[in-house]
Amino acid sequence: MSVTLTAMSDSTVTGGQQQRLTPGPARGPYISFITNRLTNLLIRGALLFCVGVFLSLVLNLLQVQRNVTLFPPDVISSIFSSAWWVPPCCGTASAVIGLLYPCIDSRLGEPHKFKREWSSVMRCVAVFVGINHASAKVDFANNVQLSLTLAALSMGLWWTFDRSRSGFGLGVSIALLATLATQLLVYNGVFQYTSPDFLYIRSWLPCIFFAGVITMGNIGRQLALYEYKFIQDKSHQD
Amino acid sequence: MTLRQRLREKISAAFYRHGLLCASYPVPIILFTSASILTCCYPLLRLPLPGTGPVEFTTGVRDYSVPSHEPQGDLGERPDWYRGPPVAYIQQVVVKAAVSPWDSSLVTVDVFRSPLGRVFSLLEEIRNHVHKDSSGIRSLESLCLQVTGLFPGLRRMQSVLPEHGCLLVSPGNYWQNQRELFDSDPDLLKTIQKHEPKGLHTSATLRDLLFGVPGKYTGVSHYNRKRVVTYTITVVLSSYDARFLGSLRSRLKQLHPSANCSLRDDHMVHVHFKEEIGIAELIPLVTTYFILFAYIYFSTRKIDMVKSKWGLALAAVVTVLSSLLMSVGLCTLFGLTPTLNGGEIFPYLVVVIGLENVLVLTKSVVSTPVDLEVKLRIAQGLSNESWSIMKNMATELCIILIGYFTLVPAIQEFCLFAVVGLVSDFFLQMFFFTTVLSIDIRRMELADLNRRLPAEAGLPPPKPGPLRPREAPPPPRPSPHTITLQTPAFRNLRLPKRLRVVYFLARTRLAQRIIMVGTVIWIGILVYTDPAGIRTYLAAQVSEQSPLGDPGGGGLGVVAPVFRGGDPTSTLSLHHHPAQPEPTPVPENQSQGHQGSARAGPPPVPQAPPSPSVPQITWGAEDEEGWRRLSFRHWPSLFSYYNITLAKRYISILPVIPVTVHLSPQDAIETRHPQDTRHPPPPIIPRVPVDLQTDLTLYKVAALGLAAGVLLVLLLFCLYRVLCPRNYGQNGVSHGRRRRGDLPCDDYGYSPPVSEISPLLLRGHSMDIECLASDGMLLASCCLAGQIRVWDAQTGDCLTVIPKHKLRRSSSSGCWEQRDGWDNVTSTLDPECMCSDARGLSISGDSLSEEEGFPTRRRTPPNRPCLFTDQPDLTPLIDTNFTSQPPSHPPAPPREGFDFGGLVERAYMEHEPPSQSTYPHSPSSASSSPPTAAQLQRRPSLGDNALLLPQERGSTAGTQATADWESSVWAMELRGNLIAAGRSSGKLELWDAVEGSLRCSNEDGVSGITALAFLNNRIVAARLDGSLDFFTVEINKPLCLLQYRGEAITTQPLMSFISPTMVLASGGQDGAICLWDVLTGSRVSHVYGHRGDVTSLVCTTSCVISSGLDDLICIWDRSTGIKLYSIQQEAGCGASLGVISESLLVTGGQGCVSFWDLNFGDLLQTVYLGQSSDGQGVRQLLVLDNAAIVCDFGSELSLVYVPSVLEKLD
Repeated sequence: MSVTLTAMSDSTVTGGQQQRLTPGPARGPYISFITNRLTNLLIRGALLFCVGVFLSLVLNLLQVQRNVTLFPPDVISSIFSSAWWVPPCCGTASAVIGLLYPCIDSRLGEPHKFKREWSSVMRCVAVFVGINHASAKVDFANNVQLSLTLAALSMGLWWTFDRSRSGFGLGVSIALLATLATQLLVYNGVFQYTSPDFLYIRSWLPCIFFAGVITMGNIGRQLALYEYKFIQDKSHQD
Repeated sequence: MTLRQRLREKISAAFYRHGLLCASYPVPIILFTSASILTCCYPLLRLPLPGTGPVEFTTGVRDYSVPSHEPQGDLGERPDWYRGPPVAYIQQVVVKAAVSPWDSSLVTVDVFRSPLGRVFSLLEEIRNHVHKDSSGIRSLESLCLQVTGLFPGLRRMQSVLPEHGCLLVSPGNYWQNQRELFDSDPDLLKTIQKHEPKGLHTSATLRDLLFGVPGKYTGVSHYNRKRVVTYTITVVLSSYDARFLGSLRSRLKQLHPSANCSLRDDHMVHVHFKEEIGIAELIPLVTTYFILFAYIYFSTRKIDMVKSKWGLALAAVVTVLSSLLMSVGLCTLFGLTPTLNGGEIFPYLVVVIGLENVLVLTKSVVSTPVDLEVKLRIAQGLSNESWSIMKNMATELCIILIGYFTLVPAIQEFCLFAVVGLVSDFFLQMFFFTTVLSIDIRRMELADLNRRLPAEAGLPPPKPGPLRPREAPPPPRPSPHTITLQTPAFRNLRLPKRLRVVYFLARTRLAQRIIMVGTVIWIGILVYTDPAGIRTYLAAQVSEQSPLGDPGGGGLGVVAPVFRGGDPTSTLSLHHHPAQPEPTPVPENQSQGHQGSARAGPPPVPQAPPSPSVPQITWGAEDEEGWRRLSFRHWPSLFSYYNITLAKRYISILPVIPVTVHLSPQDAIETRHPQDTRHPPPPIIPRVPVDLQTDLTLYKVAALGLAAGVLLVLLLFCLYRVLCPRNYGQNGVSHGRRRRGDLPCDDYGYSPPVSEISPLLLRGHSMDIECLASDGMLLASCCLAGQIRVWDAQTGDCLTVIPKHKLRRSSSSGCWEQRDGWDNVTSTLDPECMCSDARGLSISGDSLSEEEGFPTRRRTPPNRPCLFTDQPDLTPLIDTNFTSQPPSHPPAPPREGFDFGGLVERAYMEHEPPSQSTYPHSPSSASSSPPTAAQLQRRPSLGDNALLLPQERGSTAGTQATADWESSVWAMELRGNLIAAGRSSGKLELWDAVEGSLRCSNEDGVSGITALAFLNNRIVAARLDGSLDFFTVEINKPLCLLQYRGEAITTQPLMSFISPTMVLASGGQDGAICLWDVLTGSRVSHVYGHRGDVTSLVCTTSCVISSGLDDLICIWDRSTGIKLYSIQQEAGCGASLGVISESLLVTGGQGCVSFWDLNFGDLLQTVYLGQSSDGQGVRQLLVLDNAAIVCDFGSELSLVYVPSVLEKLD
């Protein structure tokens, strides 16, 4: 009797252990794929690159409209009217910026908590496109006015969607650098503005760069948040 | 208290009051809001419709002068675009030419060859026309629009369109305006056709440009019945000289008099073209709209915990959109006309106004305490967020104000719109959205209330309308406050990739949607590009709607080139000049032999009486403004070839100069090209009515479309069959065996292969088998007679019979006495209590009958040897004690070990029966804390009663250790060689399975044991009154020892429970299934799945499988409590289920068992168990460790091994 009882309890225990030990529903291959950090980085980079290329094409088109009088016979070619390397450059730059922002946030130890939602990001992108739209479509009296307006709009963008010091600093520095780079390119004759009004272009360029940096940083942070959340989830599950 | 705080409190109080108001009077407020929206949008009716159609303005020719740039005082009728000189003046010379009289010797090419040939002489005439007067000599060269070069991308047009010099367009351009080329051209139509673009014609074609009339009105084809050729010579002038044009007109008229022409020539029409939207502009626009929709999507996705997400999202979008409309309407009302392109700024306005406030409101209201009244919840939610809402609003207004000071007109206007939009959005949020939210919350409360009604039955329902007094089955959806059901059902299922893709497609109905969208787009393109379709109609509508567009005095004959209604020929037939509607002349090489000999015709007699052989040239009112029949993109595209935009500019179209040319057949024959005669005359087309002919193409298109659709459907069907070979939705292939009853089939009606085996039959019981237990080696069964047989699970030999001797009992001692007692008590009842408690009694009876009879409920065996002896003891169930007595035995359990009291108590709360609401008059349930009070009242009565019975029985049965044969075995469990049997009397007995001797028993229990489980070295017994008893099975001590008894609080029995590892699952009579963490005693999850009792539960590591009296088997995800899917069983087989391995479920059917794949819910196989069990339902099913299945068919057991299934799965 006693033997049977001990055997019984043993079997129960081992049964329980076995049951405990059997793994739960294994996570799908997709998830483990995602959790890979490097892959995640690559995916983010690729996404940001695509967004950058797309935005640069669209914004280029906006600017092109200003100069072309009408009905270009082949519209599609006008999208690529600027040099071929401009969209890839924009894409690369946006990927770098989008990855840089969350990186800096984590280095500084002050995670960005302000309005971390996709709807806010979408709003930010919309405002960015709107700033470009305004710079392309609205007729300003002079360049100073244009610059001031765009600067105010860009600051508004930063205040509404970012509000972090690191974001502002990075934005300003990158905008200045980019403007300098384009100026150098133009002086060396590598690149030419299509518009004859040279001053005009120079007046809106820094503001647009600033707003673009803020926007891409916003997207990059939001994407990074996904990864962060995921790691959290994973640790929680484990 | 600072000013800020005071302000904050004031705002919060105001919002609170406002929330109360909104929630109290939802309908009037919504009506008021709608009215105000409509009022504000009313001024929008006066705005012109958006569109790119041109706008017209007509002035007289005689007093025409070029309008000045400055807006004049007496604007009167003048549109504001009518300023400055036009881009160009357009003078059209309409030529109608015919060979008359027609002669049968002529061939079809003659219809248009010589008339077209006349264009060269006319061109010469026009080019060389010189007007001399006092102010000097003017020729066309000095007046016409000089063009410098074609647009660079138009190399293919180079040969056709003039590249420099005067912009003068005529059909002669096809031949570079050279007569010689024309004469040597063997096939004119081919030359014309050569330049036509392939594919869809979206804008003006070259043919339209050169001929100046739509293709089918030119008459240049082989099938021209009227034999009149119409074309225009279009002269584009850069400056207007009335005298030159007058002299040209008179010259041409003189040369080619038009006899019956009464065209008006005193009006010129100015056509203003709006801004063109090309693809270049469309792409950014589409991008912004895409971003906008993404924004709206991501915003509204956050709306949560409400009754209808879609409804609230719609309300949010409506709020934003109508606030925009209101802002535009208000601005128009106060005299500010929008100059910005509405479509472009609209997304930015939406983004600026935003959906944030709406979301914040929803979140705040939803997060208020649930038990508050709806009004108060709304008010609280509003006042909580009032400060942040006001702050945000002020910030946004400030930002916009800053924007206003940029002093750029466009930005200022945008800011103005945004400010008004923000304010109206605030208004709408406060009134419209809050009210909608309150309605939604109320709906959710009602749904909640319906479910929780038993607990709150005493309270008067706040809204009696939609509430039913009692809902019989508790709704399966749990309250949103306890469990969130959000993850999809397939979450934990490991599906192959291929299936996942197919499932994804099926779930999202992607293919159907794509096809639908594609069809819609295709139809849209068809409608839009149809020449008689919506495009021209819209253009004409726009031009007609322009306030000054009507040419004023066009008379009845002026008909816009619009085919009103659907029938394009009805307007045509009104006129006496119906052109031959042959859209594309197809040369056909058929010969016909009625060519007469060429003979000289009579001299041209223009006034010849109309006869079929004499083509009559008539001038109708439609010729007056023939350009109206052209595409409205005609002029813009002509000018665009020379890089001149007409966007936001206007052109002036001068009255046409009619030219009639009659040619003699002799002329026609002379101008023939030698190859012309080889062209056959037109085949005799059957004389169909004209409208039928035109409709023919329509029918052709329709037939083709139909055929394509049918083909597509067939193709998709084939694809579907290939992808999903199973015949979903059908009742499976009918096999011979299947006819016997409703076969188990999965959700899709798929029936997998069927096989049949002969099981090992275990016979020996005289009555129906009630309980089955096994530990893998041994199998114990207990029948209604109380006989327990122990079988060898491998061989099927009967090892032991308990009791060994056939015990003849004194049959009626217990039962009848109790019946008498019951009768006595009932007769002494006072009638008031009767009515209320009789129902309670009936409920108890129900539960009893369901409970004890679940194996035999539906199919009672025809002959039962001894009728009442084997009935389980009903007494514990019958509530005979109607006067609430104080509890005679206050439970004072020894508090040692783990306290399961809390756990069990919560279990009772959860398993609380819905039947509570049947006692609306009972004082206990009307009190504020109904459950405990009611249960406490009932429990002692049970206890008393049951306590009474063992005493009685004790007197008859004698000693403690003797087995109790009076009550039947309700639960049995086998472990090692111990059989634990729980009886209806509450007695727990432990038998030695091998020896067949009673090891010990425990009679402490007062109510029947419904379920037993071994837990390490404890035995857990669930009793009918809902309590859980834990017995220790110690080796060295007396075997049964009451270690702890959970407090019994309810009459609600736990029907079944299981305890694999650390999770305990319990199912109740109300169809609820609870999962408990044994370590902490907390309820992990709580789900409703069954209508009626839960009869059995099985656990695997990932899911819980439950079956109920409703014959439904539900598979639940163990960790989340989400129902993965359910299987409908046959009637009477509800309780029979078992799990063979992690992913294999076996259920019983009528004489068969079915195997299911747990991961997919697919039926794998159905196995018939021989002829002997034919037609009998499997009442219970037990899975042994060695993959044997024991099926309970009434009084006999079937033992089946399923190694093959296991192999396949492993």
